[in-house]
Amino acid sequence: MGGGEKPPPRFKNRSITAFSGFGPLYRNRQHSLLGVDMGVDVLEHVIGQVINGLQLGFMYALIALGYTMVYGVVKLINFAHGDVFMVGAFVGYLGFNQWGMPVPVAVLTSMAVCAILGVVIEKIAYRPLRYAPKIAALISALGVSLFLEYFCSLKFIFGPNYRVVQRPFEEVHWQLAGISISNIQVMVMVTVLFMLLMLQYLLYRTKVGMAMRTVSLDHDAARLMGVNVDSVISVTFAIGSALAAAGGVLYAIAYPQIQPFMGIMPGLKAFTAAVLGGIGIIPGAVLGALIMGQVETLTAAFLSSQLRDAIAFGILILVLLVRPCGILGKTETEKV
Amino acid sequence: MLAVDNIQVFYGAIQALHGISFEVKEGEIVTLIGANGAGKSTTLRTISGLLRPKSGTVKFDGMDITRVPAHKIVKMGLAHVPEGRKIFPDLTVRENLIMGAYTRTDRTETAVTLEHVFQRFPRLKEREKQFAGTLSGGEQQMLAMGRGLMCKPKLLILDEPSMGLSPILVEDIFKIIKEINQLGTTILLVEQNAFMALQIAHRAYVLETGKVMLAGSAAELREDPKVRSAYLGDVVDIA
Ligand SMILES: Nc1ncnc2c1ncn2[C@@H]1O[C@H](COP(=O)(O)OP(=O)(O)OP(=O)(O)O)[C@@H](O)[C@H]1O
Ligand SMILES: [Mg+2]
Repeated sequence: MGGGEKPPPRFKNRSITAFSGFGPLYRNRQHSLLGVDMGVDVLEHVIGQVINGLQLGFMYALIALGYTMVYGVVKLINFAHGDVFMVGAFVGYLGFNQWGMPVPVAVLTSMAVCAILGVVIEKIAYRPLRYAPKIAALISALGVSLFLEYFCSLKFIFGPNYRVVQRPFEEVHWQLAGISISNIQVMVMVTVLFMLLMLQYLLYRTKVGMAMRTVSLDHDAARLMGVNVDSVISVTFAIGSALAAAGGVLYAIAYPQIQPFMGIMPGLKAFTAAVLGGIGIIPGAVLGALIMGQVETLTAAFLSSQLRDAIAFGILILVLLVRPCGILGKTETEKV
Repeated sequence: MLAVDNIQVFYGAIQALHGISFEVKEGEIVTLIGANGAGKSTTLRTISGLLRPKSGTVKFDGMDITRVPAHKIVKMGLAHVPEGRKIFPDLTVRENLIMGAYTRTDRTETAVTLEHVFQRFPRLKEREKQFAGTLSGGEQQMLAMGRGLMCKPKLLILDEPSMGLSPILVEDIFKIIKEINQLGTTILLVEQNAFMALQIAHRAYVLETGKVMLAGSAAELREDPKVRSAYLGDVVDIA
């Protein structure tokens, strides 16, 4: 008996989450526009879905910024970025569920841990390859990604199974003029907007931000101004990873089930968002992420939730074919 | 002020500099002239720390800077205005200039330098808030020079400042270089326009395929028959 019982189908589980993304979001929702109550109800339903899409889009934005900022300074797609998001979600969860931290402290702790993780990843996996052919760094990135996923699956790290996140506060739905909005949605949007403002301030009003902008334009020219390019690259990885970590914690609160492979799908979607907006362009990442959030939510709500991912990645292929520089990218001058 | 001693520089397996030596004394304008591919830019990039020589040394202000990283060399008072200007197109004119003062910490002093740069290049003041990428070639050159001056360098290195400019602008640029020098900044100038460079320089070195072929005062080299035929010939033809 006992030995004959199969362990839960772990791998199956993983692939389900990996490819179904944001399941809990769509539960208890009407799925068809063809339902009886057309008119006001439909409008409210659409607006409700748009708000869901905003929440998702804002979370994608936090991840997409890391892809785009890192691409800006080193012209490299950090494919381990989605896994940094995963680590962020776990550290946040451990913070408020296991270590008894208040949510803001858990967020900051997670951001700090992931900032260090990002810096270490860059130092170990990318810096030695900075002047090697691009493909070498790309393979290294995939290696880091797989390493993080399987390392975190180890029993003594996070373990391979789902963990159910106990929300640190109850979800509350408010009805505003017939539209339902939850405290979690408000928290996500307010937090992300605050972080976007901070980032904007950092990039345009501080010395290190200006250095980051020059490094993204021309390493040697930045060096000639006295910029330590290596430290600017480290700072960029730190900031990008910290934002992803914040995204991870918000995600764990909004969709309270986490596991070590949870970063794959949001990572790929956020990467798509960054490409859609124009890789290397910061407002582009936010714009692309908001579009992706809407496309995905509205597809799931009004077409079919099975089409959601197909359409999301269809967009990636379409952008690459039609406008590889993205929505905000410059067409004529391919950035160096 | 600057002493380059027998530097050998490679790009991968290709040797670009085969043991170059020269010096620049305080207060001088020294020019390096030579044909395309002679190794002029490579020499400058090695001095400012963007490239590492395989052997040989670079001394600046009495210190060995051969292995010092580029960003620290700037701080020691050496500004390099690179070939092709390399301004930051997505930053405003003002931000470009502020970047030039990146190593400086005193804001009020920096603001004074900024005013001086604006006085020297009034065009830049007019275009202060414009993106640098929208400037004309001549304006971009002024911006690159102005940006180089923002760190108050002891030694200003200029790589082909006259490239791509109209004859009138070339005259202006050379006049400005001379003025900057007269105000106390030592200058190392690389030029294709040997005719103009030899007029404002005190001394000159002629580079050929990674070696110094000739050296002397600018006046001597202006009269040298080899220099005349190889580097001043076509200028005379055009004139
Ligand atoms: N990045 C590089 N990789 C390989 N070879 C290079 C590189 N840069 C320069 N070289 C080679 O080194 C030699 C010297 O080049 P350098 O740019 O120093 O010449 P230059 O005297 O400045 O020429 P120009 O007047 O055209 O600017 C040339 O043969 C050039 O082809
Ligand atoms: Mg050159």
